[in-house]
Amino acid sequence: MANFKTVEVDTDLLILGGGFAACGAAVEAAYWAKKNGLKVTMVDKAAMDRSGACAMGLSAINQYVGIKDGENTCEDYVRYVRQDLMGISREDLVYNIARHVDSSVHLFEKWGLKIWTDEEGKYVHEGRWQLMINGESYKIIIAEAAKNAMNEAGYEIYERVFITDPLMDGDKCVGAVGFSTREDEFYVFKAKATIVAMGGAVHVFRPRSVGEGIGRSWYPPFQSGSSAYFTLKAGAEMTCQ
Amino acid sequence: MPSFVITEKCDGCKGLDRTACQYICPNDLMVLDKETMKAHNRAPEMCWECQCCVKLCPQQAMDVRGYSDFIPLGASVVPLRGSEDIMWTVKFRDGSLKRFKFPIRTNEEGSADPLGGFATHDDLNSQALATEPASLGLDAVSTLS
Repeated sequence: MANFKTVEVDTDLLILGGGFAACGAAVEAAYWAKKNGLKVTMVDKAAMDRSGACAMGLSAINQYVGIKDGENTCEDYVRYVRQDLMGISREDLVYNIARHVDSSVHLFEKWGLKIWTDEEGKYVHEGRWQLMINGESYKIIIAEAAKNAMNEAGYEIYERVFITDPLMDGDKCVGAVGFSTREDEFYVFKAKATIVAMGGAVHVFRPRSVGEGIGRSWYPPFQSGSSAYFTLKAGAEMTCQ
Repeated sequence: MPSFVITEKCDGCKGLDRTACQYICPNDLMVLDKETMKAHNRAPEMCWECQCCVKLCPQQAMDVRGYSDFIPLGASVVPLRGSEDIMWTVKFRDGSLKRFKFPIRTNEEGSADPLGGFATHDDLNSQALATEPASLGLDAVSTLS
């Protein structure tokens, strides 16, 4: 058996995951942490350019409220979600997402994402909440903004490190442990706060497809359920997924 | 159906630490046989056909076999990604070809400004994110009235 070296990393804010959610968290966290002399560290099990559920790119943005042009209100969005989820939703959280999502979309456009516009310069909708994009490099662009934010502040990003468990001090999560999928290294990340954004879980149920078709899932086959396991182990309350 | 390596074209990314396909695969499926210097997909059933390896391979030695029900035998869909756009070449069973070209971004690679040039603020206790409300295009972040 390989003789694993233990690598210890001390940080203030630990962001676990490298997909859209983690990249967004990194951009925001880097801004505030830099101002306040704190350190942010990111851990991705893959290569950030093409990690997470949007690795392949997308042809649409599936949530845009359009508040500034009076297309919809946050309340409209909450009503839509309430209806869509048959009344079972945390409406406070839905409202919170609705009031911030437009700024994310506007940032994506500034970062270099091509959002379709009509002759008047308005976004082209595919549905009430959907915008059309040329999004082959969607993930690369979002990862680029996160990497630029982290690099400018001098923070570290660990790629190809697979997180397995929370690091606990009694009831408090004080970081995470995992291993490198490239080197014989075991990682211990010690942090004051931890953001878990390691995606959902696929293959919980056996797919109807067989053989090679097992990979033919809507959600990527590399979503291993790490977030669910991690948060359960840490004693967190899961509110929506 | 999974990605596969066209072994005649694969050179194992000679001179690199690891191959491009190993670097990029989101599911860490690609491995390099150092004796033959050829890469291969070690778990085809876990492949999402995301095409990331196809787009990045410097030798164009990666391809994805389409599902037989909607890409019948003999047809193919192949991406060629440049720094500004992507070209999809679609070959039909009767030999006819169609090419589709789309832009992949509006600015130069590497130039994404995290704050997007929007005005920022210093109030950590505010409910506004760093670039809000400017990036919302509003005077203030919405709140329950």
